[in-house]
Amino acid sequence: MADLSLVRRSADDLAQALAAGEVSAVEVTEAHLDRIAAVDEAVHSFLHVDGEGARAAAAAVDDRRAAGEALGPLAGVPIAVKDVMTTVGMPTTCGSRILEGWRPPYDATLVTRLRQAGMVLLGKTNMDEFAMGSSTENSAYGPTGNPWDTSRIPGGSGGGSAAALAAFEAPLAIGTDTGGSIRQPAAVTGTVGVKPTYGGVSRYGLVAFSSSLDQAGPAARTVLDTALLHAVIAGHDPRDSTSIDTAVPDVVTAARAGALPDGIRGLRIGVVRELGGEGYQPGVEARFREAVDLLAARGAEVVEVSCPSFAYALSAYYLIAPSECSSNLARFDGMRYGLRVGDDGTRSAEEVMSLTRGAGFGAEVKRRIMIGTYALSSGYYDAYYGSAQKVRTLISRDYAAAFEQVDVLVSPTTPTTAFQIGERVDDPLAMYKADLCTIPANLAGICAGSFPCGLADEDGLPVGLHVMAPAMADDRLYRVGAALEAALAASWGGPLTTLVPDLPTTTEVPA
Amino acid sequence: MTAITPDEVAHLARLARLDLADDELAHLAGQLDVILTAVADVSQVATADVPPTSHPLPLTNVTRPDVVTPSLTPDEALAAAPTAEDGRFRVPRILDEEV
Repeated sequence: MADLSLVRRSADDLAQALAAGEVSAVEVTEAHLDRIAAVDEAVHSFLHVDGEGARAAAAAVDDRRAAGEALGPLAGVPIAVKDVMTTVGMPTTCGSRILEGWRPPYDATLVTRLRQAGMVLLGKTNMDEFAMGSSTENSAYGPTGNPWDTSRIPGGSGGGSAAALAAFEAPLAIGTDTGGSIRQPAAVTGTVGVKPTYGGVSRYGLVAFSSSLDQAGPAARTVLDTALLHAVIAGHDPRDSTSIDTAVPDVVTAARAGALPDGIRGLRIGVVRELGGEGYQPGVEARFREAVDLLAARGAEVVEVSCPSFAYALSAYYLIAPSECSSNLARFDGMRYGLRVGDDGTRSAEEVMSLTRGAGFGAEVKRRIMIGTYALSSGYYDAYYGSAQKVRTLISRDYAAAFEQVDVLVSPTTPTTAFQIGERVDDPLAMYKADLCTIPANLAGICAGSFPCGLADEDGLPVGLHVMAPAMADDRLYRVGAALEAALAASWGGPLTTLVPDLPTTTEVPA
Repeated sequence: MTAITPDEVAHLARLARLDLADDELAHLAGQLDVILTAVADVSQVATADVPPTSHPLPLTNVTRPDVVTPSLTPDEALAAAPTAEDGRFRVPRILDEEV
């Protein structure tokens, strides 16, 4: 039976209990595996659960602790990893049929760091195919339900990681964010998710979608937990040529300091004028305004800031990301790994390649490959891809000007709360709008995070506050997030996820 | 921007090495047209004086020391191959018959 007292605790609490010897890593791991067994039929956060590997990793940590070894702060704490990071001993499918059952021969650097920190990998989480989507409905292995209402989407592309947190299947999770895939799922599941500065966390072993935008990052139910995970995974990696070779901002200290009564006194906060108004759900705007007022009440100076080029960010993104994806996904050719279709001894490699990709990719991946192929083709390159690159410059200039005036920028994370599964699945433009507020940060390479700010009045579903800070000022996100959490947690009785309704379980709970 | 025809979509699919059924081509033609029309507004602000940005970091030529480091063994590299033969990836013929 799932030990709810263990699975509902924060990673920081668990880490302290583990260090004090109050509980073993094996017990913590068993509790989470039990919880997954009980609720994952209803939620479907996981594509693969590695019970055996998790138990072995937990036992190894317990042995090392018993032997008196000095262990990292999160040693023995379980974590769920998005299925876009390569893992030895577990499949890596990226939510695609073309990689069904693929077992990578190497670990992503981020995964290596988790293992070195003594963390317990529970399994791989569901996602939109190759991280292309905002709802996790584009997974070839079926959708994930939002634990707040399983008929609704958990956001995407990292809906599995966010849902695992909100369903108490894992206290920590890894996401990746190309246009909002960590932050938007965090917002709609009432959890915390941070996209670090581009280059802040290694991309080695992160299956590439759009290389100039992709960024892996941490997710959890509390701000401090997210910071603790950030500190484990961040830092320079010689295997990623775009990795930044400077000291990681002290996000853990910032998360602790931000929660103090004077934690954000004097901090200058800019509300982005262009990210609100028409198309934004009233309940989202109401919670957002309250969050900003709470931050002001704790001593922050709030001003309105204009970023006029953000109006073109969505368009620029849906040219740049598909263009890079059409190139990156050329590697899936059915020759060295993954699916191969139609190799009957008569067909050529080119024919087999086309058949494999036609059968192995889903609708959204095909759409984006086609858009990218079009945007990069001669005759259209300047009007589409070239123009999008210029918009990227304009957006970076908007941020630079804004950060002259303020320390951080804020907006709602997403214009609406979680929508119904199926509602936007064949309406790409409606789906793309879920990432309206999150995309500009990826285009400029700055850091940004989403922090819970309550439930919308009209549907009782979570709303996120989106905080953006300059490159390598990731600590500011945690400072603001922690201040908001400190201001609101008492009214919720803990993190917002404390209010998640009970999920149907597949095993009986003893009376 | 002009409307995309199913023929153009079929051409793009060939360039992208995607085998698509006729109904997929027809469905995609309509959707690509809507998406490309919607994103065409980037050209409104992309004036000649704005330099393009291809990457958020101003990095050039990141290199590592020219030292041999461990890499995959042949068995590891071939372990996930659809088919392998004599320590190599086995692939379909690479030349078309009419060539």
